[in-house]
Amino acid sequence: MLVLENVTKRFNDFTAVNDLSLQIPERELFGFLGANGAGKTTTFRMILGILQPNAGAIHWNGKPINYKVSPLIGYLPEERGLYPKMKVKDQIVYLARLRGMDKKEAAAETDRWLERFHVPDYAGKRVEELSKGNQQKIQFISSVVHKPQLLILDEPFSGLDPVNVELLKEAVVELRESGTTIVFSSHRMEHVEELCENVCMMHRGRPVVHGSLREIKRSFGKKNVTVQADFNLDFLREIPGVLRTKNTAEGMVLQVAKEETSQHIFAALQEKGFVTRFELEEPSLNDIFIEKAGASYE
Amino acid sequence: MNNFWMILSQSYINKLKTKPFIITTLLVAAVIIAAANFEQIFSNFGDDNEQAKVAVVDQTGALYEPLKEQLAAAGANVKVVKSDQTEAQLKKDVEKEAYKGYLLLERNSEGMPSATYKAENIANSSLSSEIRQALQALKTREVAGKLQLTDEQIQLWNAPVSFDTIALAKGAKSEEELIQAQALVYVLLFLIYLSVIMYANMIASEVAIEKSSRVMEILISSVSPIKQMFAKILGIGLLGLTQLVIWFAAAYIAMVNQPDGSLVQSIGLQSASGSMIIYAILLFILGYFLYATIAALLGSLVSRLEDVQQMMTPLTLLVMAGFFISMYGLGNPESPFITVTSYVPFFTPMILFVRISLLSIPPWEIALGFGVLIAAIIVFGIIGARIYKGGVLMYGKSNSLKDMKKAFELSKDN
Repeated sequence: MLVLENVTKRFNDFTAVNDLSLQIPERELFGFLGANGAGKTTTFRMILGILQPNAGAIHWNGKPINYKVSPLIGYLPEERGLYPKMKVKDQIVYLARLRGMDKKEAAAETDRWLERFHVPDYAGKRVEELSKGNQQKIQFISSVVHKPQLLILDEPFSGLDPVNVELLKEAVVELRESGTTIVFSSHRMEHVEELCENVCMMHRGRPVVHGSLREIKRSFGKKNVTVQADFNLDFLREIPGVLRTKNTAEGMVLQVAKEETSQHIFAALQEKGFVTRFELEEPSLNDIFIEKAGASYE
Repeated sequence: MNNFWMILSQSYINKLKTKPFIITTLLVAAVIIAAANFEQIFSNFGDDNEQAKVAVVDQTGALYEPLKEQLAAAGANVKVVKSDQTEAQLKKDVEKEAYKGYLLLERNSEGMPSATYKAENIANSSLSSEIRQALQALKTREVAGKLQLTDEQIQLWNAPVSFDTIALAKGAKSEEELIQAQALVYVLLFLIYLSVIMYANMIASEVAIEKSSRVMEILISSVSPIKQMFAKILGIGLLGLTQLVIWFAAAYIAMVNQPDGSLVQSIGLQSASGSMIIYAILLFILGYFLYATIAALLGSLVSRLEDVQQMMTPLTLLVMAGFFISMYGLGNPESPFITVTSYVPFFTPMILFVRISLLSIPPWEIALGFGVLIAAIIVFGIIGARIYKGGVLMYGKSNSLKDMKKAFELSKDN
């Protein structure tokens, strides 16, 4: 279990992370959200032991995280971090050995992963020769090749095409099933919604939402109503209980405080014209984020 | 193998295999061997067998033969040809390169030999001076003959005065030793200077590459930055030693293959006492550590490789200052300025070496110099490690003293 207790990190006058407490059980795939500058990377760096918090403590299975436990941890930084001139396999093996892995085993694991990502012929290429997406695959391999117990992925899917996103997602899910605890941050809300049961949303260094995704959505209360019709829907704004509306290309999305309001909307639409779509949905993470952090995510 | 050794061998072996390193090492080794054989190579190019032909117009009628004999006796590289042509004709012959030049011999009002040498150009002074020397000898003999001196007396007359300089201090070097030592010190100083600049730059750019490629972030999550820094410094240092050993070996091979009495031998490896070489190596290693630590510190502050040079400039200037002061010290090893600067850690590696090699300074002074240097290495090691630790996490436009302070503070509570 990864535990963060009242962790605070200040840089001079700027508080990057403010009183953050988290408990991430083992075998969990935990989503970490927040806009740029929300404190995600700083939190990751503290978990990794690169930065020390000004207050609070971080433990992995009851032990503080330092260089003694670094073989148990895997890290994929937000920005690509590889030696540009080093050959792919040499590089992965070197980084795995720095995490305490045996040379032979590291070589075998590297081959296995390269095979798995359909890029075995990159082994002898220099990293700078690869495309960004392929560099990202190599980066991912180098963060998991030493079989870490705790895996930290900072924006793992950025820069990848949909096919490769699926490839990586599968690998992430599989790692979780084989017992790895994974904390990951993503730019894309749908990735988090798809993969995570529990999430934490950061805003200006503070956790604004924290808990299971289902619970968060339920307690948020508000729901979305999507309406598509061939007539003007502006009058729907006046219905009590409608909190906010957003025009889309084919209609409107309305946020409502309670489920019942949707029925009032439905009634108001009667005999106005041809309605092609009417749908009551759970709020998206993006909605919750906008509400809680007061800012659009992307 | 633990992390420290892994990073050390990584930075050593990886660099060892790079083309620039191999090329530089071999190129310099080739230059060393070529320079050592400079004399031979040069003499192979020179047309030794073809003597320069000089026409002689002897207006006295009695000077040509003795001059010819004198030139032959001195082994001069000149062939004189008696000529009675007019100057205009001779001028043409010189233009046609039939002769190198022509010599007009006469006697002046005191009856002494007097000559005028005319050639297309007079840049080749060795030719005219050979003739002049021969003529000088001729004149001396004539004067001696007039004074009725015996050959013995002439020899006495010509013999140079005996002038010996002897250092009174015990263990002080004799003048001959000094001249030889100076040459060797110069060579070793240059080596220290070059390699310190080269390897310090290598370290700074290595660190900057790791930072700019962001692989640093992965590295510092696996291995503590301080371990990394010192492993890297040692790894590159080992690389430097490897290179120096190769160069020394090349120099040694070139040396032993020299004929006796050649110019290179006069620089005198035989004059190099073992202790001098040991001091050179020790001071190189310590100097390297001092500058490498500072270079690593500076490298950790830049985010882009392009900024490394700018950051390194003050350090490079410092090494250069040390080099030039020690050049001055070669001529004036006893000046108080040299004594004082030899205890300034940045200059100690070079200037203390000059003093040790040329003077017989008491052991406590040597110990003091080494002590100052080692203390400086420790201080900069500690400060450097702190700044490095913070610096590697800082990105953005950063190349100032302010950043150094920022980096220092960033690592404070770590």
